[in-house]
Amino acid sequence: MAHSTTLQPTAAPAAYADAPRTGTWDGGNEPFKASYGKLMMWFFLLSDAFTFGAFLTAYGLIRHKHGVFDPTTQGTFHFSSAWWPTPEKVFNAFPGLHGVDLPLAFVALMTMILIFSSVTMVLAVEAGHRMDKADVQKWLLWTILFGTMFLSSQAWEWSHFIGGHVEPTIMADGTPFFGANLAMNQYGPPLFGDLFFFITGFHGTHVFSGVCLLVWCFIATTNGTFEKRGHYEMIEKIGLYWHFVDLVWVFVFTFFYLV
Amino acid sequence: MSNHAEELALHPGEIAKPNTRWIWRVFVILVVITAIEFAFAFGMTSPGLRTLRNSIFIVLTILKAFFIVGEFMHLKHETKSLIWTILVPTALLVWLVVALVTEGSYVGEVLSHMFSS
Repeated sequence: MAHSTTLQPTAAPAAYADAPRTGTWDGGNEPFKASYGKLMMWFFLLSDAFTFGAFLTAYGLIRHKHGVFDPTTQGTFHFSSAWWPTPEKVFNAFPGLHGVDLPLAFVALMTMILIFSSVTMVLAVEAGHRMDKADVQKWLLWTILFGTMFLSSQAWEWSHFIGGHVEPTIMADGTPFFGANLAMNQYGPPLFGDLFFFITGFHGTHVFSGVCLLVWCFIATTNGTFEKRGHYEMIEKIGLYWHFVDLVWVFVFTFFYLV
Repeated sequence: MSNHAEELALHPGEIAKPNTRWIWRVFVILVVITAIEFAFAFGMTSPGLRTLRNSIFIVLTILKAFFIVGEFMHLKHETKSLIWTILVPTALLVWLVVALVTEGSYVGEVLSHMFSS
């Protein structure tokens, strides 16, 4: 440094300005050995995990606040706002099999679809590591297909939940009631319906965003954007998001449908 | 399972062979765990075993999460500092769940006995 009292910045030598910043205090260090984009995706997913964690915790609190169905005093299970419904009695329908009692069968199918879409996503990331454009395109298309299938299944699940079961529930004032809305539902306490819409809806919105990102990724891959860039890291970052959505479903599946 | 990052010497323009066996292995593990969950959901219905059944569900779910985050999201193969950066904050969620579920039971008890002395 020059012993100058003015605040004029000293011009760096041309060679120094062009050199990549590799020094410890120049930002040349990568303690996590991960790129900026991937790291920020991880931190975003961590914050998103807190959002979903808050939803599921709220579900746990509200569920424990309500009564539990007790077969020794209440007989066979029936819907009532006095206790929280048993999930396998609510979600027991399957498209095309009207009136058949198939507890959780459709949710099992949805879970399989989402796990499988996660597998095709890893296969796309793996193909990207090998710079295999055709394989990336193939696996991205499969992932988009399974993601769309999951969303369609959820649309069916919602319409069935809103439409209601064959048998209505007789409400406290004696009127029969089918299905669910935000104010009341035939399955149990009003908050049961609200939490169903909120938690599965928020997850479904994530899946929808994921499908949009994947479609964009497919277009960019087809146009050769990543090929020109020299790496397929974007697929990896969107893959992280996609697996996270699958991960959230694993927890929603356990705490909403199984427990 | 750690060999999936290996790089083979390639000629320019050549595309490496896919190395996907570990992916399918994780897939099979996830499917099997889900099947076990269903077996418990329908085979263990006695109300007295509710707590035990739910604990089994939670353990199996965390096991599934381990495979998705560790293998599919590749976290197991990142640096130690990154692994801890992601895992330590989620410990807060465990505390939150335990605290609020206990609180929920208490609120329910208070509400159901509000008018009885």
